Amino acid sequence: MSRTGSSSWFCIKCVLAHFIVFSCFAVVGQSEQRGGRLVVSETSEPKHFNPVTAVDWATKTVVGLLMADLLHIDREDQKVYPNLASDWGVSEDGRTYTLTLREGVRFSDGHPVDVDDVLFSLRVNLDEAINSPQRGLLIVGGEPIRARKLGARRIVFELAEPYAAGERLFDSFYILPRHRLEASYESGELASAWGLLSDPEQIVGLGPFRLEQVVPGERIVLERNPYYWKVDEAGEALPHLDEVVILLTSSEDAELLRFKAGEIHMIQDLGFRDFDALDAESSFGMRDLGPGLEHNFLFFNLNDRAGGEDEALDTRQSWFRNDAFRRAVSDAIDRHSMVRLVYGGRAAPLASHVTPGNKFWINRSLVVAPHSEALAKESFRDAGFRWNEAERLVDAEGRLVEFSILTSAGNRPRSMMASLIQEDLKRVGIEVTIATLEFRAYIDRIFQGRDFDTALLGLGGSDADPNPEMSFLLSDGGMHVWRLAGATTLPWQVEIDRLMHEQTATTDIVRRKELYGRVQQILFDYRPFISLVSPHILVGARAKLGNFRPGILPPYTLWNAEELFWTR
Amino acid sequence: MRHDTKLTALLLLLASIHGVAILAGFFSPYSYREQNREVPLAAPTKLQWVDGSGAWHLRPWVESPIAGGALVPLRFFVRGSSYSVLGLFGSDLHLFGVDEPHRVFLLGTDALGRDYFSRLVVGAQVSLSAGLVAAALALTTALSLGALAGYFGGFIDSAIMRLVDVFLSLPWIYMLLAARAFLPLDMAPGTAFFVIVVLLGLLGWPAPTRIVRGIVMSARARDYVEASRGAGAGHFHLLWRHILPQAQSAIAVQATLLVPAYMLAEVTLSYVGLGVGEPLPSWGNMLADLPRGSLLGAEPWTFAPAFLLVGVTWLYHSVLSSLGGHRFIKRRRRDARLT
Repeated sequence: MSRTGSSSWFCIKCVLAHFIVFSCFAVVGQSEQRGGRLVVSETSEPKHFNPVTAVDWATKTVVGLLMADLLHIDREDQKVYPNLASDWGVSEDGRTYTLTLREGVRFSDGHPVDVDDVLFSLRVNLDEAINSPQRGLLIVGGEPIRARKLGARRIVFELAEPYAAGERLFDSFYILPRHRLEASYESGELASAWGLLSDPEQIVGLGPFRLEQVVPGERIVLERNPYYWKVDEAGEALPHLDEVVILLTSSEDAELLRFKAGEIHMIQDLGFRDFDALDAESSFGMRDLGPGLEHNFLFFNLNDRAGGEDEALDTRQSWFRNDAFRRAVSDAIDRHSMVRLVYGGRAAPLASHVTPGNKFWINRSLVVAPHSEALAKESFRDAGFRWNEAERLVDAEGRLVEFSILTSAGNRPRSMMASLIQEDLKRVGIEVTIATLEFRAYIDRIFQGRDFDTALLGLGGSDADPNPEMSFLLSDGGMHVWRLAGATTLPWQVEIDRLMHEQTATTDIVRRKELYGRVQQILFDYRPFISLVSPHILVGARAKLGNFRPGILPPYTLWNAEELFWTR
Repeated sequence: MRHDTKLTALLLLLASIHGVAILAGFFSPYSYREQNREVPLAAPTKLQWVDGSGAWHLRPWVESPIAGGALVPLRFFVRGSSYSVLGLFGSDLHLFGVDEPHRVFLLGTDALGRDYFSRLVVGAQVSLSAGLVAAALALTTALSLGALAGYFGGFIDSAIMRLVDVFLSLPWIYMLLAARAFLPLDMAPGTAFFVIVVLLGLLGWPAPTRIVRGIVMSARARDYVEASRGAGAGHFHLLWRHILPQAQSAIAVQATLLVPAYMLAEVTLSYVGLGVGEPLPSWGNMLADLPRGSLLGAEPWTFAPAFLLVGVTWLYHSVLSSLGGHRFIKRRRRDARLT
């Protein structure tokens, strides 16, 4: 062998050795390690561990780890998968759902689960006296869902009318241990059962973890549920982790510092600046999940009011009722600047209330046009407005166009949006005042007083399906914030009501998408509210946390806690 | 003498800060609400004395953050956005600036691309006036009611002191929140804030009222007051000529305490989002916009309002401590001994 050949061979050997060594490291690096502890944080303390009355996110997060539902929405692909029920079927008329419980499933105290537990859970959630937040979801067509036993493991749910995507109702419908809670239910004490100071052994569920220790104001420790039914692909019992510790942290700032210091292992709801700073460090696995379901919008006060009480508001409402005026205001707002300045580019401009994060339901024919001051001025001219000598916009009767934007205190992104809108509208001759109120006063103005001009609001959907939007879109919905008076005669709103009712009763998914797309088109054409931007969901975890699969539906990070593991 | 010099220096410094605040429009190169959306969170513009060709100049040059960082000369007494001085007269003359379309941001820009220096100077106007107006209101009320209570005593004294007790027990933060909720939504941010400041002042009178009352009670029994009363002097003359001057030093001390306290109240209100409304700046709402703790180091110029606020507060306290040795007080003490 020549000297050159020997040297080449040596190089090849070095490269091979390098490759093998690094491959081994890579394999070891990715290999899963059973056990370990995951530390997460909450800025507010869970109120209790009762799944029936859980309302706030902190309580819902803990309950989600302790309990399990029959069917579960995968937060990553937003589809429904079997959970405690091994399969489900729906009748042709869309009114009957038949579910089969898995065999051999046990509560965290070892007690077996049966259909009676499911019936008990439904009864409790529908009980008016308990006032469960789930109750509204379990009433379809004005009537509660009825359930009956069909053998030892099968159960039939009957709906009063067809309800599209009814299987999604079973997500977060937690199955309760009848053997533990029936007595307190019969004595009328269930709503107050399972408080923070309850004996951890009394709190029993079907989730991957069970309660081990509660130190009020400091931490909640969950241990692995030895009876959990799920196994991984290799057939090993889940969860991989031994413990989940929920630390209570005083503020989001403190949470960020603790994450940075390695004291907590996961973080969510990050601002873009914090996200960018953490993303630059290799020890964190930061994920920008793209736009979530949060919809920020500016809406006009279109409520019916007794005229003459407030002449100035009457005048402003006469502008707001002009469809072309609303469209012109929308054209004058630079959403792309909002994306860049408020969210550092980590947000999406919106054409309708359905965000790009809702990949299936969004009407893609609606696009946000590039901002143009000239186009906006043209729109105002078309709407019957003109400019006076001082370049101020005036209506047909020569009145100066000016109004206020109501926003809630302490919400920095929304306050920035208000400032940008104020400046955008100033450029087309409209003087806007920003009124910031404390949150309760702000809500009162919108829902009780209804004496405001326009307001900024953000609504975050908990599901991608159109059905939860009913209260926002229907004219008699409780969240129909731009006009809370009830029935309407506006043709386009009547059409929205009809389309929304029709899509709810349609089981054909293609037809539903068509109907909901039409709703979005109408809202885009008439703009009772002006959709602005939807921020990206920014989350992170320690880089060594395996199976970290955050999704854009809440809870973003811990929804697959049983699958999480530490890599070696 | 040494105290006099120190006090004079401090008062001059304070006066110059307030002077800059009064002439905020002149000292700020741009309107506080002008958004340069292409340069959010820009770093402070560096002043240079060397131009692009390497030549030295007496006039500083700046690297414009607009238009690719071109070197442009800083100009003085330039025309720009119009403003008014104390609402009395308008002008568009600014101390310094650069040729259009360039910009000079001495302290960088905020998240919406607004000149931080201009906002800081205009913010001084708001924050300092909040302290001064509220303190003036509180002290005027305290002086009037304290004098009435201390001088007349009896039922008037009891009534005023019970009123003091009631006001001291009021949860002022909730009162301010409620007051803000009742104001018309289309009220200009400056006006809305002025109303809140007036309320702050009206809520702050009880403590100084007690002090004034004590001083008046002590002074009214002095021999020279009795002598003047015997000579036929009326209530007003006695109070104005002989009794209230005794409260001067106490009022001066209270003022030096109240002004920074009210400035900090503005910061607190702004921190919870209920201070000065956008787009009007104040040191409080600028501080509330600071990014989260861990990333503070990334934008050090955003500390400026905090530094100024602490600086001005410190100045007031220094004035207070200097007053302790001031001849004015010494004279009062001497007078007190003589009487």
